[in-house]
Amino acid sequence: MSGDGLSMDRDPAGVANVPHAGEPPAAQPLTDILLRPAARPSRIPQPPARPEPALVEITIDGSPVSVPAGSTILEACRAEGIDTPTLCYLENLTPVNVCRVCVVEVTGSRVLVPACSRRVEAGMEVQTDSDRVRLSRRMVMELLGSSVDLSTAPAAAGYIERYEADPERYGPPARTAAPGERDAHEAGHHHPPATDAAETVLQPVKVDNELYIRDYSKCILCYKCVEACGEDAQNTFAIAVAGRGFDARISTESAVPLPDSACVYCGNCIGVCPTGALMFKSEFEMRGAGTWDESAQTVTETICPYCGVGCVLELHVQDNTIVTVTSPLDSSVTEGHLCVKGRFGFQFVQNRGPRQG
Amino acid sequence: MDLHVIGPLATPAERAAVDAILGPAESGWRGGVRDTGIDGHVARGGHAARSRRDLLIPALHAIQSRIGWISQPALNYVCKRLTVPPAEAWGVATFYALFATSARPPVVAHVCDDLACRLAGSDDLCADLERTMGLAGVPDHDGERTWLRSPCLGVCERAPAAMITIAGTVPQATVAAPVDAAGIAARIGPDGGGRTEHRDHPVPQAGQPGLRLLARIGVVDPTSLDAYLASGGFRALERARAIGPQQVIDEVTAANLVGRGGAAFPTGRKWAAVAAQPALPHYLVCNADESEPGTFKDRVLMEGDPFAVVEAMAIEAFAVGATKAYLYIRGEYPLAEARIADAIARSRDAGLLGDLDIELRRGAGAYICGEETALFESIEGKRGEPRNKPPFPVEVGLFGKPTAVNNVETLVNVLQIVGIDGGAAAYRAIGTDGSTGPKLFCVSGNVTNAGVYEVEFGVTLGQLLAMAGGVPGGRTLKAVLLGGAAGVFVGPEALDTPLTFEATRAIGATLGSGVVLVFDETADMAGALTRIARFFRDESCGQCVPCRVGTVRQEELLARLASGAAAAHGRRDDELALLRELGQVMRDASICGLGQTASSAIESALRRPEMVAL
Repeated sequence: MSGDGLSMDRDPAGVANVPHAGEPPAAQPLTDILLRPAARPSRIPQPPARPEPALVEITIDGSPVSVPAGSTILEACRAEGIDTPTLCYLENLTPVNVCRVCVVEVTGSRVLVPACSRRVEAGMEVQTDSDRVRLSRRMVMELLGSSVDLSTAPAAAGYIERYEADPERYGPPARTAAPGERDAHEAGHHHPPATDAAETVLQPVKVDNELYIRDYSKCILCYKCVEACGEDAQNTFAIAVAGRGFDARISTESAVPLPDSACVYCGNCIGVCPTGALMFKSEFEMRGAGTWDESAQTVTETICPYCGVGCVLELHVQDNTIVTVTSPLDSSVTEGHLCVKGRFGFQFVQNRGPRQG
Repeated sequence: MDLHVIGPLATPAERAAVDAILGPAESGWRGGVRDTGIDGHVARGGHAARSRRDLLIPALHAIQSRIGWISQPALNYVCKRLTVPPAEAWGVATFYALFATSARPPVVAHVCDDLACRLAGSDDLCADLERTMGLAGVPDHDGERTWLRSPCLGVCERAPAAMITIAGTVPQATVAAPVDAAGIAARIGPDGGGRTEHRDHPVPQAGQPGLRLLARIGVVDPTSLDAYLASGGFRALERARAIGPQQVIDEVTAANLVGRGGAAFPTGRKWAAVAAQPALPHYLVCNADESEPGTFKDRVLMEGDPFAVVEAMAIEAFAVGATKAYLYIRGEYPLAEARIADAIARSRDAGLLGDLDIELRRGAGAYICGEETALFESIEGKRGEPRNKPPFPVEVGLFGKPTAVNNVETLVNVLQIVGIDGGAAAYRAIGTDGSTGPKLFCVSGNVTNAGVYEVEFGVTLGQLLAMAGGVPGGRTLKAVLLGGAAGVFVGPEALDTPLTFEATRAIGATLGSGVVLVFDETADMAGALTRIARFFRDESCGQCVPCRVGTVRQEELLARLASGAAAAHGRRDDELALLRELGQVMRDASICGLGQTASSAIESALRRPEMVAL
């Protein structure tokens, strides 16, 4: 139904518009009065039409492509069905282009460019699978795979296979850091490297609250959690990147435990984490007990019962028990983000004990 | 934003240090004394406080230099004053090497063990310190003093060097060079505080006729505005104002001046682009964060001719339409900082700067902040993480506004061009077609007379080394590092190569920031490469994967080669192949120039078995 014809189309029988000439006005049934639209302008003001974005001609892997001006190379590739790997990119966050796994070759550019944030320009010639591109993507996955535990990052495992990355060739992983050791590293100083092992970010899991855990052995420093905690969603700023270089890490202020920090437990950082470094405590415990089984889980979409906003919830249920809660990225209400109640306030649903009082 | 601040209150000394920078606290909300009358009704701060975010690093400096380290309560107090989330402030404080976020003694000797100082025996110096004072970073018995290893302090001509910082109500920072363990002990001992000494200017050519950039150094008193004026100072600014901004830009463009910081971008084109931007205000930034190992020319200019830097900034600001300028100087240059601050104040007080406000900002120990967009982030009070380009600084720079950013040496060249009628043509006649003008080179390492040398582009490497007296003691030359840690090693065959952009490019080398670091036959090349790898591992900002992890893998790989572990397992060729792949991913996929050049010098040396056998 078009907006312009709204007031007319609402009256399918046309009753309101046919004059009853020559007949005495009969008493109108109440339903007619209620159904008839009130007298009002026949046209509802509409916002001005947004001009269609101009198209820009580029070539991707030799094929000419027309894409809307202002798109990123990644968007152009996806529209063409070219599968471009991404780790730090997420549709609902500002691109930080730090993982560099999405790099592509652009003719005339001295270095490779990140597809996720570079915007197309007329005449751009993009190579998405050249030798240089493949080498960089393979090396990025090797560098990550040799320094980070990617065991709960399925996308990363796929990229490692696809680009034939061999993280093992840097040597066996060096010893796991002691609790708090990496948080205390000072910029500009580090111990001499071992000659028989590869330095890693492996460290004990931080379990300091009942809702979620932080396993920074799995952190690839994609900055997504910082963005979700700060400007892009929650505006809480409980975490930031601290330290420098390989010692850079996600940290609360002075590396205090979460209950002492500004964290409000919205869990939006978990929602955007691509590697399972941030995880529901429920999931963490089930994985520890060996009972976590994604294939046995169902996902039920519902609306959060707590307030009037109407956030879309996805309840992940295993053995008739809610194990995690997410929200779809494409939900116009949440854009994937929730608050502490929607994210974690589900225990009452499964309170199956005898009713109290 | 919910400003969640926990923990005990800052001490009076910590608060006083912060208040000296930010002024007294406005209200109980902002960390001051709570006034139950007003504070119950009015919350000040908000946008007004957040807009002062760029004062975060000056405030952290104030605490560091008053107390010797930044405690959590002190950090919280700064957060309240500036409405910065504590986690973000922690991220900033832990990014910079000169900020300590755990307890550290007030007296610290930062001992350089970088390339030039290694050649002058800094390894022995550090071993002596370990014997006499204990391991680096460990406080002495009364908790008053310690020593730390430091990357290049930019005093390579007097290696080995140490910077002494003494925290207190009157903080002190001095550089001692050359220095030995006894000298360091004396300076940081109970009676050593306050001893300042400045050696002669490191310009062997001082006073010679024909010098352009170094003409005043060692000749004209750098602390006297009158002396500067008497030597022709501020005439270029006067002429610039007479001919107008467009003419200034045209002359700089016509002179073919290119940037001297390493990237060699045409200066006139940069200025024209900024001047033409409709967005306002325009900013000017002088990049004095000279941290490339082996580079010290900008320090010499700022220490020896600070008014020239100020005058050149005023000309550029006039040309690009900026009324606010920043000079960002590295934190290891206390004398240069004092001289520049003095020159700015005297020039302003004499009314020479017109409506231009020049603000001096001190770095805090981060090589990466020499990268122009990381430098902007640092001025804005953030971690020095480079931005992705495009957009370029001429469009979106400091505080998101069009910004012209130039190196100190580049700026001083401007005086030669704008100073006299026909200056551009005369300037273009200097040097070669592809590289115009005079050029400063930082000659150090195994040479007889280390120092900054001014030559015309086109002088060969051999001629430059001859000016510096050649390799001492009758020893032979093994290698020269051109362009610093991000540069390229060349061998004796390059002595005939003219020092121009085009000729060095032709032999696969670079002029970079003008480093000419000489290694003779006795030099420990493997040790130098290991040091370069350690440098990049320490100085990577950590933002992008290729550089963050690649610099670690590169250092490990060199350790395996240097220790013989690679050869013992028959893996030497594999390791060299791996190094090439690491180099390529860092070069191709890193965000900024640091990662892109982190393997350059190491790869260039390992290609030559005669230079380094690993």
